[in-house]
Amino acid sequence: MSSVSRAAPPRIEVTDLTMAYGAFVIQRDLSFTIQRGEIFVIMGGSGCGKSTLLNHLVGLKKPARGDVLYDGESFWHADDAAQERLRRRLGVSFQAGALWSSMTLAENIALPLETFTELSPRDIREIVSLKLALVGLAGFETFYPSEVSGGMLKRAGVARAMALDPDILFFDEPSAGLDPISSRRLDDLILELRASLGATMVVVTHELASIFTIADNAVFLDAETRTMIALGPPARLRDESPHPSVRTFLRRGQLEPVTGGSS
Amino acid sequence: MADDARMIVRRFAPDHAVIELSGPWLSRRGLPDPAPVIHELTSGAPLRGLDFETDRVTAWDSGLVTFVMKLLAAAAARGVVADRRGLPDGVGRLLALAEAVPEKQTSRGGGPGTRLERIGRWAMASGVAITAGLSFLGESLLAFTALLRGRARFRPSDLFLIMQECGPRALGIVSLISFLIGLILAFVGAVQLQQFGASIYVANLVAVAMTREIGCIMTAIVMSGRTGAAFAAQLGTMNTNQEIDALSTMGISSMEFLVLPRMLALIVMMPLLTVYADLVGILGGAVVGTGMLGLSWREYFEQTRSAVTLGDFFIGVVKSAVFGVVVALAGCLRGMQSGRSAAAVGLAATSAVVTSIVVLIVLDGVFAVILNVLGF
Repeated sequence: MSSVSRAAPPRIEVTDLTMAYGAFVIQRDLSFTIQRGEIFVIMGGSGCGKSTLLNHLVGLKKPARGDVLYDGESFWHADDAAQERLRRRLGVSFQAGALWSSMTLAENIALPLETFTELSPRDIREIVSLKLALVGLAGFETFYPSEVSGGMLKRAGVARAMALDPDILFFDEPSAGLDPISSRRLDDLILELRASLGATMVVVTHELASIFTIADNAVFLDAETRTMIALGPPARLRDESPHPSVRTFLRRGQLEPVTGGSS
Repeated sequence: MADDARMIVRRFAPDHAVIELSGPWLSRRGLPDPAPVIHELTSGAPLRGLDFETDRVTAWDSGLVTFVMKLLAAAAARGVVADRRGLPDGVGRLLALAEAVPEKQTSRGGGPGTRLERIGRWAMASGVAITAGLSFLGESLLAFTALLRGRARFRPSDLFLIMQECGPRALGIVSLISFLIGLILAFVGAVQLQQFGASIYVANLVAVAMTREIGCIMTAIVMSGRTGAAFAAQLGTMNTNQEIDALSTMGISSMEFLVLPRMLALIVMMPLLTVYADLVGILGGAVVGTGMLGLSWREYFEQTRSAVTLGDFFIGVVKSAVFGVVVALAGCLRGMQSGRSAAAVGLAATSAVVTSIVVLIVLDGVFAVILNVLGF
């Protein structure tokens, strides 16, 4: 790492990021930093571009403007080899798991290990069993993705994201479509993984319970103005944000007891 | 007529009207046209107030709500304040609910637009599609060079599975089609050649046509419908499930991991299937030759052997390897470009077949011209 200043650069730094599909701007001028070991939540209403922002962070979509820096190193100005090296340090858990349907759960987790490491098949098998056990799926090695439930798919997706022991884990809507208990378990898993691995976590979600349980910091993307309007710990944003839409969002739409409703 | 939806407009003051509704207001029974009422309200002295009287409405559904919405919109456009208290309670609530959130203004500037705009959009979209196709071709070439340098990453077991799927499993349909094509060719040829007493040349006709042209083109068309469409559907579904995104974020190239084994499988299997199709086609011709023209099997095959050279076979085989690449690339390209819905995957499969058949026929023409110039 070739940082000139001795202070370690933030794990992820987003600078003036503008996201667009063609001429249609989704979000503009996003700038924030994510520190090492932090759990950072990207929140906002439906359709505001949360998942799109995640796609930009993990290198699936190229920014219209701006850049994403990992440990001070630009992702989008790096050459192909450096991008691939960076990608290997990221683990992504997709909304519906996105497991490769032609492979068993074990093969799904083994693929990155086979591709990027020199481990023996036996070592790989052991690591795969460990990762599955970590997400509570021990014994499901030979199941195909179509044979397990949605919640199990998501957890298997988390196990695959952790396969290469990444520095940064991304979660796209981890609790969407799960019952309250499973979603609570997934939150606990995220906290547990952070505590044990020390990994940085970036979570896209709009589940308030999750946000308040796991987030150290959060950014709020506004669909109307198409930019970020709040950044900070969610509990503070709920009480002190100057934007009523942020406070309302974090109170689950409850208006503050200042004005009375109509008739 | 007693149990129809009915409506009367009354004015009890020059500027105040009441709309009286009665009967069952159900859309499946048919509802009155709102236009006359709106006309009634707008003609004559300008209105200032509008009431509803619905005590005698026996039943209602969404039809009544949309009807009232039209009236209210017409009234509001003329600055008339309508009093909704006379409406059934549920209708009033539904109206309030529908009006609670204003229409979103964040559309993407859609709409059909003028003819010129549409032509422009179509041209720009075609430009994008051509660029995408070319860059896909380039990427597949890069993946191929990675393979030659021994650095391509894919699972050998995937390659074998795909080979099995598009090789041995296709034998049945390829046998049927090429046998029948050989039969038809011989039959059509026999009817003509018999007139000149040259029936034996049916063997030449069938052998040359099958080996040089029909064997490889029919195999390619069968494979594009069978395997190309399957590739497009597989990759399209993988795209829908974000499985391709998952590969990219892992740093695994989907060109190497998904497209390369499919391309390899068809490059290997298509020539084999073509040779097989040639032979089965010739067999089909022989059935007509012996059954209809009274030639002996021996005569027929001797004539066939003298008619075709190894070069004829070779031309068909080389073409079929190229056609294999076309079928695989068209299937994979359409699959990777597919949108993320069930309908989009269906479209991807359709357009994979259309694309590959068009390219196949055009390429076959190009081959014919080149071979002619080279004197084969």
